[in-house]
Amino acid sequence: MGAITLQNVRKSFGDVEVIPGVDLEINEGEFVVFVGPSGCGKSTLLRLIAGLEDVTSGRILIDGQDVTDAGPAKRGLAMVFQSYALYPHMSVRKNIAFPLKMAKMPEAEQKARVDRAAKILNLDSYLDRRPGQLSGGQRQRVAIGRAIVREPAAFLFDEPLSNLDAALRVNMRVEISDLHNKLKTTMIYVTHDQVEAMTMADKIVVLRAGRIEQVGSPLDLYNSPANRFVGGFIGSPNMNFIEGEAARRMGAHSIGVRPEHWRMSTTEGAFPGTVGVAEHLGSDTLLHVELDSGENVIARAEGEFPVHHGDKIWLTPQDGRVYKFREDGLAA
Amino acid sequence: MATRQTQSLAKIMRAPAIILLLIWMIVPLGMTLYYSFLNYNLLNPTQTSWAGWFNYQYFYTDPAFWDSIWNTLILVLGVLCITVVGGILIALLIDKPIFGQGIVRILVISPFFVMPPVAALIWKNMIMHPSYGVFADVAQFLGMAPVDWFAQYPLFSIILIVAWQWLPFATLILLTALQSLDGEQMEAAEMDGASALSRFIYLTLPHMSRAITVVILIQTIFLLSIYAEILVTTNGGPGNASTNLTYLIYRAARLNFDIGGAAAGGIIAVVLANIVAIFLMRAVGKNLD
Ligand SMILES: Nc1ncnc2c1ncn2[C@@H]1O[C@H](COP(=O)(O)OP(=O)(O)O)[C@@H](O)[C@H]1O
Ligand SMILES: [Mg+2]
Repeated sequence: MGAITLQNVRKSFGDVEVIPGVDLEINEGEFVVFVGPSGCGKSTLLRLIAGLEDVTSGRILIDGQDVTDAGPAKRGLAMVFQSYALYPHMSVRKNIAFPLKMAKMPEAEQKARVDRAAKILNLDSYLDRRPGQLSGGQRQRVAIGRAIVREPAAFLFDEPLSNLDAALRVNMRVEISDLHNKLKTTMIYVTHDQVEAMTMADKIVVLRAGRIEQVGSPLDLYNSPANRFVGGFIGSPNMNFIEGEAARRMGAHSIGVRPEHWRMSTTEGAFPGTVGVAEHLGSDTLLHVELDSGENVIARAEGEFPVHHGDKIWLTPQDGRVYKFREDGLAA
Repeated sequence: MATRQTQSLAKIMRAPAIILLLIWMIVPLGMTLYYSFLNYNLLNPTQTSWAGWFNYQYFYTDPAFWDSIWNTLILVLGVLCITVVGGILIALLIDKPIFGQGIVRILVISPFFVMPPVAALIWKNMIMHPSYGVFADVAQFLGMAPVDWFAQYPLFSIILIVAWQWLPFATLILLTALQSLDGEQMEAAEMDGASALSRFIYLTLPHMSRAITVVILIQTIFLLSIYAEILVTTNGGPGNASTNLTYLIYRAARLNFDIGGAAAGGIIAVVLANIVAIFLMRAVGKNLD
């Protein structure tokens, strides 16, 4: 249960084409992350899969069955919304039990399932509260609880962590990954945060302007980005791009070097430059360097690297860690 | 208003308004109370004397009294039912994006701007009249005998007219409530397998409960004192069939010139209004928290 196939799915709102055509294969049990900048159509794609929007053309299959024209309830998917979308007039217990009640499940079974979900999500002591009396993280868990009691074919998450503070976000990230390991159900997770994508995904789908730029495992995308956009989007801090003479010498329109792939030296190297801001984080050091050729790049050294504002520095890309891109942006 | 200082400041700032309102209320109430214990008839205004509880006894033993209490309650309840249910339905309809939405909304709201006696007269002479009303035409077209509404169903006719007037108010308040309903909640419920009816019962209605309460409370205040519509249509008749408490008081004061009796009726009306208010606050007041 839970293999999803999109065949040439297109979506327009009036004259505006938001998804110009997407083909995608999601395998059973996979954790798939849709990632891309804000407004690129991630939510729209997710809502198409959920059945909350009608496709303009194309087909959507779940476990081989064409559900393109099926309503959201018929698709057997559960969704966790960015706003949580809890029912404010119901207690946590009733919120979680709501889909079961709608399915006319016997009371005893409902209770058993709600209790099980509450245990998994550490919600036992909040079951009688209203959503308004819970913190953001707890509401998030209730929303997830409401999704898991249904035992859906797949979970859909739309930026579920974006309303949480940074520390909680890290926790919930781990919890959701844990949940996936436990349930082994297909999950589709939408985020604009590449860190979430890298840490959680089995398979990342990078979207730009409604088009799929690349599909692959996190390390695939990291090690061999298909184009300059993916290269720049995946990895933190972002990849540095150098154009012009230096790139031409390597036979490319532009080259990309990740901050962690520079060798640094205070005496010699390929690219001389001047240290701007030096961020000493202890575990590593981030250097903002202005190259003599004019580009601003970021370099990252493990541990400490004793340079300061205004110091002269030479950067050299590590062997085999230079990404070459053609003029049209594709990897060369 | 967190600190003690701002609290007492707030009290002082509020005081003039509250005192003014209090005087505004207390003076007429006190005068009514005073008159209700006097023998005071406008046919003989110089001959006033202390009446004790006589006015109350007289008003209470009037054969029309209990009828009028019942009519008042039925009128209030009937109009509330029609306007709340109708208001919800119309609000649901005009909340959907439809062609000519703006015009439809203005049309729906317009009855509120028609003055009560005018509205009642139009209903009486152009819609419900047994020989040249619209209803009579419809009945004739269907081959039935026209109904003489004000003779056969006087109270119901008045309920219909008043409900027509208050429907826009209820619709407007309920529509605003409906528009503040979170769309994602609805979508979540849809994914949870809730039918349109279940979504209405479990999400829309609870969401609107506060607005419904406001509609009920505000309308009750005005519905307890319906008067103009009765005056221009049935005159409280036939018999006492459409006489409510307000109209009974009017009869005492303006037809019998009995100020003392009317004042006693007024005090009884105040008591009735308070009973209704207590009952309502018990029933729906918790929605306002
Ligand atoms: N209901 C809608 N009507 C018109 N345009 C929409 C609608 N929903 C989304 N869009 C447009 O589609 C584009 C993609 O939106 P969305 O899928 O929400 O992006 P993302 O979730 O990636 O930030 C945006 O440009 C947005 O303005
Ligand atoms: Mg979005």
